[in-house]
Amino acid sequence: MTDNIIEIGILRYRPEEDDKPVMQTYEIPYNDEMSILEALHYIKDHLDSTVSFRWSCRMAICGSCGMMVNGIPKLGCKVFLRDYYPKKVTLEPLANFPIERDLVVVMDDFIKKLEAIKPHIISKKKKCLTEGTHKQTPAEMEKYQQFAMCINCGLCYAACPQYALDKKFTGPAALALIARYNRDNRDAGAAQRMEIVNQEEGVWGCTFVGYCSVVCPKDVDPAAAIQLLKIDSAKDYLIGMFKPD
Amino acid sequence: MSKRKPYIRDLPVDWWMKQLFYTKYMIREGSSVLVTIYALVLAWGLFRLSQGEVAFNAWLGSLQSPLAIIFHLCAFILALYHTITWFSLSPKLVDIQVGGKGLDERIIIAVEYIVFAIATVICFLVVI
Repeated sequence: MTDNIIEIGILRYRPEEDDKPVMQTYEIPYNDEMSILEALHYIKDHLDSTVSFRWSCRMAICGSCGMMVNGIPKLGCKVFLRDYYPKKVTLEPLANFPIERDLVVVMDDFIKKLEAIKPHIISKKKKCLTEGTHKQTPAEMEKYQQFAMCINCGLCYAACPQYALDKKFTGPAALALIARYNRDNRDAGAAQRMEIVNQEEGVWGCTFVGYCSVVCPKDVDPAAAIQLLKIDSAKDYLIGMFKPD
Repeated sequence: MSKRKPYIRDLPVDWWMKQLFYTKYMIREGSSVLVTIYALVLAWGLFRLSQGEVAFNAWLGSLQSPLAIIFHLCAFILALYHTITWFSLSPKLVDIQVGGKGLDERIIIAVEYIVFAIATVICFLVVI
């Protein structure tokens, strides 16, 4: 520990007393091993117990502690005070989501979109247990694995100007998850998911800003998934012209 | 009774000015305006060519004005910017697996620059 001090600004919103969010600044002892999430714990434990934020695993697995750190979507557990010191760190709830309280956002719309894309394997036909497991080669797994690393943290939605402008847009994580299942050779649900992909609010709502892939803490690259789905969607359209239904 | 009162933040009109990444994206998209005008000027030249030598020379003459030169210089810089940024994004569109791994981004970008260079040389040779 050093005697140095770092300023942390938090955008506070307490629905029972605030009409709109207000910035509140705290001063905490600087420690170069302290993550932003630990800094929030310090504030909650020692300075102000009313500060609300989401967290769980502390190791970029659960995807709970997404927030805007100096205006950029980050996981609180994956960034450190040393990345900003001696400058002030400003924390705001994830952009493009309604604020529930302080750094906690309402993610209902995001969850609804994740559910809508049927994020599970839709089998060709029911398999009996005696038939054994589904076999998959490493090459077959490689086709979708990158898109399977999503932890549903919502950072990509906070980074997406298209989602900011139009909440009907399916958005990066849900579309990347479509790519994940459609590219899995055990899955037979592509035709059902293509209905979502082909919509204006599906892949065609994306203008390839690409910031979703930059902020993704798990290197999922949703922008790539969406562009590949655009190719699939175009093929789907062309095939549909000659072979309706 | 629930005290829930979710607060929805407004998106500022200048949202794309607040983050360099967004600003660069808007320049990339905005470059299409000048490129479109350039294409229209070129199409107009073709139309003038169909009207005969005098009309075509008049069109060529109008391109000598300082305003036309400044416009073409700006359009060229933005078209180049669009090309470079597009090349850097394009590996995301490529889904080629080599030996169980995706093709190296650098190879895709290098091939694009090589084709770009060859096309430029061919265009110059045709014009000269």
